[in-house]
Amino acid sequence: MPVSEYDQVKRGWYRRNEIAITPYLFLIPGVFFFAVYVIFPVFQSFNISLYKWDGLGEAEYIGLENYRKLFDDRAFETSLWNNLKWLVLYLLAIPAGLMISLFLNQKITGIRLYKSLFFFPFVISQIVVGLVFSWFYDPTFGLFTKAIALIGLEIKGGVLGNPTAVTYGIIAAGLWPQTAYCMILYLTGLNSVDPEQVEAARLDGAKGWKMLWYVIIPQLKPATFIAFVVTIVGALRSFDLISIMTRGGPFGQSRVLSYYMFEKALSEYGFRMGYGAAIAVVLFMIMLVFIAYFLWSMYQDEKGAH
Amino acid sequence: MFPTPIEKQSRGIQIGYQAMVPVVLIMWLLPLLAVMLFSIKPEADFVSGDYWSLPANLDGLNNYYKVFFESDMPKYMWNSIRITIPTVIGCMILSSMTGFALGVYKFKANLWIFFMFVAGNFVPFQILMIPVRDLTLDIGLYNKVQGLILFHVAFQTGFCTLFMRNFIRALPFELIEAARVEGIAEWRIFWYVVLPLMKPALAAMAVLIFTFIWNDYFWAVVLTQGSEAQPVTAGITSFNAQFRAAYHLMSAGSIVAALPPVAMFFLMQKHFIAGLTLGAVK
Amino acid sequence: MHSIMKTSFAAIVAAGITATVAHADAHALSGDLVIFSDMSNPAPRAVMEGMAERFGAMHPDLNIELTIIDREAYKTQIRNFLTADAPDVANWYAANRMLPYVNAGLFEDVSDIWEGDMSTELASTKGAMTIDGKQYGVPYTYYQWGVYYRKDLMEQFGLSEPITWEEEKANCQTYLDNGIKCYTIGTKFLWTAGGWFDYLNMRTNGYDYHAALTNGQAKWDSAETRATFANWRELIDMGAFIDNHQTYSWQEAMPFMVNGEAASYLMGNFSVAAFREGGLDDSKLDFYQFPEITAGIAKGEDAPTDTFHIPSGASNKDNAKAFLKFVVSADNQTLINNGENLGQLPVNALSAVDDDKFLNEGFDMLSNKAPGGIAQFFDRDAPAEMAAVAMEGFQEFMLFPDNLDDILARLDAAAVDIYAE
Repeated sequence: MPVSEYDQVKRGWYRRNEIAITPYLFLIPGVFFFAVYVIFPVFQSFNISLYKWDGLGEAEYIGLENYRKLFDDRAFETSLWNNLKWLVLYLLAIPAGLMISLFLNQKITGIRLYKSLFFFPFVISQIVVGLVFSWFYDPTFGLFTKAIALIGLEIKGGVLGNPTAVTYGIIAAGLWPQTAYCMILYLTGLNSVDPEQVEAARLDGAKGWKMLWYVIIPQLKPATFIAFVVTIVGALRSFDLISIMTRGGPFGQSRVLSYYMFEKALSEYGFRMGYGAAIAVVLFMIMLVFIAYFLWSMYQDEKGAH
Repeated sequence: MFPTPIEKQSRGIQIGYQAMVPVVLIMWLLPLLAVMLFSIKPEADFVSGDYWSLPANLDGLNNYYKVFFESDMPKYMWNSIRITIPTVIGCMILSSMTGFALGVYKFKANLWIFFMFVAGNFVPFQILMIPVRDLTLDIGLYNKVQGLILFHVAFQTGFCTLFMRNFIRALPFELIEAARVEGIAEWRIFWYVVLPLMKPALAAMAVLIFTFIWNDYFWAVVLTQGSEAQPVTAGITSFNAQFRAAYHLMSAGSIVAALPPVAMFFLMQKHFIAGLTLGAVK
Repeated sequence: MHSIMKTSFAAIVAAGITATVAHADAHALSGDLVIFSDMSNPAPRAVMEGMAERFGAMHPDLNIELTIIDREAYKTQIRNFLTADAPDVANWYAANRMLPYVNAGLFEDVSDIWEGDMSTELASTKGAMTIDGKQYGVPYTYYQWGVYYRKDLMEQFGLSEPITWEEEKANCQTYLDNGIKCYTIGTKFLWTAGGWFDYLNMRTNGYDYHAALTNGQAKWDSAETRATFANWRELIDMGAFIDNHQTYSWQEAMPFMVNGEAASYLMGNFSVAAFREGGLDDSKLDFYQFPEITAGIAKGEDAPTDTFHIPSGASNKDNAKAFLKFVVSADNQTLINNGENLGQLPVNALSAVDDDKFLNEGFDMLSNKAPGGIAQFFDRDAPAEMAAVAMEGFQEFMLFPDNLDDILARLDAAAVDIYAE
């Protein structure tokens, strides 16, 4: 049979090129899955955004009409502004996480358990966090409402019923787990702060804020970078909290792009796949700015390493 | 060490600090403690508007009984398990391979493929939503756990590849060189040399992915419906559909739903933190 | 185009007298029957399970597979299973709510079920099930809307059921003077505000204007609509509605009335079960028809109809049709709508309305006191997208009545787009 001969040839060829070919063989399944479920869909969404399509019948090509409509859409404008609030305020998780990690960076009995418990909010689902905070903010019995009443404050309609306060309220809920995440990043980072440098700085008379700013924070740069990446991604992915806490209300004031897109395309009253895709494309473009920055930073690192 | 170690401070500050940590912790976890309280209060307390007193008796434990035996929660929990475990295994298999390929070999497309994984990992879910939903419908996996698993495995491969590749990069390359000199086939190097060294990274990654997938809500809503396939995050909201806002059952349900990742975290704490902070330290 | 015919209830009552009893199909069915249902609340769930069981007993060789999906979730999921994994029978709603699926060819034309006696027996809802002269499903229940109120409070303050708008406001003022809110409402899910708009609008401008507005033939920024909002505003300015209603679901708003902090609730009859469960018996709970506003306008009522359909992708259509006939048969209608089950009104004119205070009153109201016409509900009569933006506007108006100009302009802009299709 010629099979064995062919086999030998093949093996021979494979043998000779093994090192060149192996990585591709190992990459095939991963790249295939990733391409089918992540890479192609991005382009498909771009394509869908050029159509008018209710998801049921035939799609009709309308060019950039969906994007033109976005300009007149006030709900879109509100969502965009809210996304900006999320982006900016979510970053508070970074300094807040740093503060807590500095506070906990001590050696007392049980500190490990304390650290784990502080980290707790990150482990539970955003759905549970959302429920917890809706009750926390409840205008009749919520602990938050009662607490601010003690100092004579009242938020009209409750935090989640007040069109001005609502987005901040949800962001605060989101900051809870996010701060825990940043805290753990910094706790690990602090472990590797060079004690000799700290001592040297101390001898030079640096302490407190000065020490933190000029000696510690520069050494925490890798942790800060990761914290920045995960916080930005988290801010732009905010969907679960809004969905569970307000469904975008009151009258759409807590919408963000990710939620608005879902609403337009798939929710009870939404039948605009093309329009939804256009919103998703805008969201993607915003993210792309950050993705480009992350990749560029990583590229610099890679160049440095080799 | 920064800030100044507490044991170098005066006795007063030491005691003050030790007292302060638990107080701050309680404030930090206050919203969560409130839910725990809710979950053991009888329904009657909520009807009469008594939200915050400690429950007078243990009738509230009934809430957990109801969640376990009189609702669809066990089904949702089982679905979560059926989705999460295969996803974790799938991710480990795919990313150990991609991580190996990108971490060990030098070839032209290496960095580009790597960056593709990293960039894909960051895209907003919404840009994938419509096409992925259509794809899942087309291949007949809509409202099946398999549909969710396939997507999760594919998407998490981005993050996992980043994770594994960076880990493998840090391994001593000499081991691989030595094996090559011995004439060992590349796939054997993967299996017998690199894979055993990857174990701690795989463990860390498994715990992380477990938590991510268990807590997923968006894709559960987009790709499944009803108690046959939906995971517990989507299932919690089904308590809401009852006639009254069932705070007591929602709280008990939330706690039950949150338990597995919490247990995972406490059991595998070291791996968990190692996973999360990979890259945070140079 | 589609038409949502208004129907006079007198017509069906008359039709009922002449109709003959329908016989269930005598021959036994075999094979499969897959049902997806949104009847997930406790009482409806039991009803659905009961129907499947009884139908199964009639056809022992038939394998019935029933899946009950959370009612809110169902609303977004229906389009998935209709296209991908179609059951043989599915729940939905009448009128414009079914239009997208009919237009997309996803609901089967079931006009043959409606031929003959069925048309007369179900005359009351035929219009709501008809698009372009064909029927696309069958109804299984409907219910009245109106004002449910605390009878004991009304007696306590020496008031009586209001007939006119002036009396309504006077009653309300009395409650407010005594520290009680007139109306509880939870607008977190928006549709409750749609109920208020429907009634104010139908009383101010009549049923025909409601139909014109939801069909896109009338402008939002018009004297008529503004008059509706002006009436609404009177109540808002009085402080008639409970505070923070935007944070509550309709269920979460119930305790205010149960605890006596609010006097009444504009709601559908499905709320009665929840009120009773909350401890309000018939000595404390009563019902009146929404009062007259513009004198001389024929009263129209909201009476939403819930329905069963056969998806075009169904694989056992004959079995499904037999099931639909069973659902609307007079006996089954009597049974599933009685006070122990759904506690709503039967759609078949030959069925008996259960002897329940609220059902009797509702049946009488819809049959004899709604000469203007029967509407489905704001979010069933208006296209889905229009309903979504409009109801959001209603909520905004309830919180910030000064934003009215802006809201109306926005709705008109949205309408241009939505009705153009």
